[in-house]
Amino acid sequence: MKILVCISKTPDTTAKIAFTDNNTKFAESGVQFILNPYDETYSLVRAIELKEADPSIVLHLINVGGADSDPIIRKALALGGDEAFRVNSDSQDSFYIASQIAEVAKQNNYDLIFTGKETIDYNGSSIGGMIAELLGLPFISLATKFTLNATAATVNREIEGGEEVDEVTLPVVVSCQKGVAVQRIPNMRGIMGARTKPLKVIEPVNADTLTTVDSFELPPPKAGVKLVAADNPEELVRLLHEEAKVF
Amino acid sequence: MSVLIFLDQSEGHIKKNSLEAASYGAKVAEMLNTTAEGIVLGTIKDELAGLGKYGLKKIHTVKNEVLNNFDDAVFTYIMAEAAKNIDAKVIIFSNNFNGRAIAPRLSVRLKAGLVSGALALPDLSNGFVVKKNVFSGKAFANVSIKSDIKIISLNANAYKITEGEGTAETVELNVDIPQAKVKVKEVNKVLGEVPLSEAEIVVSGGRGLKGPENWQIVTDLAKALGAATSCSRPVSDSDWRPHHEHVGQTGLTISPNLYIAIGISGAIQHLAGVNRSKTIVVINKDPEAPFFKAADYGIVGDAFEVVPKITEAIKKLNGAQH
Repeated sequence: MKILVCISKTPDTTAKIAFTDNNTKFAESGVQFILNPYDETYSLVRAIELKEADPSIVLHLINVGGADSDPIIRKALALGGDEAFRVNSDSQDSFYIASQIAEVAKQNNYDLIFTGKETIDYNGSSIGGMIAELLGLPFISLATKFTLNATAATVNREIEGGEEVDEVTLPVVVSCQKGVAVQRIPNMRGIMGARTKPLKVIEPVNADTLTTVDSFELPPPKAGVKLVAADNPEELVRLLHEEAKVF
Repeated sequence: MSVLIFLDQSEGHIKKNSLEAASYGAKVAEMLNTTAEGIVLGTIKDELAGLGKYGLKKIHTVKNEVLNNFDDAVFTYIMAEAAKNIDAKVIIFSNNFNGRAIAPRLSVRLKAGLVSGALALPDLSNGFVVKKNVFSGKAFANVSIKSDIKIISLNANAYKITEGEGTAETVELNVDIPQAKVKVKEVNKVLGEVPLSEAEIVVSGGRGLKGPENWQIVTDLAKALGAATSCSRPVSDSDWRPHHEHVGQTGLTISPNLYIAIGISGAIQHLAGVNRSKTIVVINKDPEAPFFKAADYGIVGDAFEVVPKITEAIKKLNGAQH
């Protein structure tokens, strides 16, 4: 069985967000980059657990990015995985990225492709569904639990106010969120081993970019909290009703 | 050319977020000088002609009850057929769970650029540019869709439902329904509650409440406001509240008109899930709680004393308004 986990490099959760080049580019100077938390904690860990339960499973990681993604890919390999692919291209839009991943997937016949629910920088939540459609595969979005049963999977999927339990025959694409697995810290052996695991850099194929970011904007600064005295909660209700007009 | 809006349903009723999408789609159609049409799949109990008041001229239906079970591939196929049928140039979804599963598939199927999590009407002054949240609510991106067909999935609460006059024509769509490859074995929903992703007002509790037995003040306030309830991650991890209530970076992202945070310190990961709320109220006995920096209104005080009084004041207000 072969599993592919899609990983993304994102700015750290606490990074200060600023833009340069007339607000067309994210200001990377001084920013710490990390493995996208949904990929790191949920999809990658689950894939590693599946491989631990069945060591015959081949686990590949894939990233679309420039050479500055390599340290992040190594961090992922330190957690687990047999080898990684990096499609050597700046991330264009989701469609472009999904097309690159699908191309690699086509050549490798994966039984299972995992993505995270979304990346914490673009918040597109689109890659998984796009890969599934490009490959003509079923897709289960927003999984909160994933169980492998030989050539099929049982997946809990989040819906409004609850969840549904789905069953699907492999191959399948699944996007993962909280519940699928629990965060792991790479150990020394993993970190050392990651250095020698293969990281294959491949050239992108021609693919369309259907959207572009014209510009970024920062939200207007908050006015600052209006504090109401604890012994006068009625005043809060009045403000919410008359000033904020939220009820 | 037309604008096609996917109307998501649950138990035979069209979801509130889809009525927002319909209103949004109708306005986009007006901006493009064309008509807005809706599509709804499965058995519907709502009266469809009445959807005309949201600006929809036509409602396409596929009444087969097998479609009462959502399947992203099946729904994508039908949406693509419908879109081709009516020459839809703009397709609108609500950015809810189902929308997020169909829209990316449809984007590939129609080679249509997708903006997911749209916050506003498109800007047509220089192309077709749609604003969305990025960096987990810390910034916005103005995304230009370059393709001929465009897909927008609209964030909940980002566009107000607008009602006017008009009735919609209903038309049964003649389409093959492909076999679903994913089998839905069980659906576990907590019915009768305001769904968190649709709620205009959310009351949220954190570790400051000390334990699940103290949640009465949260649920009483929510009841008085007709609000949904949510919680922070530690509360969910400790199983004090059901997991679907967890809002934050690794939980649900919500954008209600009013978010009331009780006993929540306001860690960045929590903010990432709620910072898109229009108005944030923080009640915490720690004046240094970081949440106050992100709040519009706040009370530094003991939640167990303050919150019941807020509930009383709201009940009084509700009483006075009737």
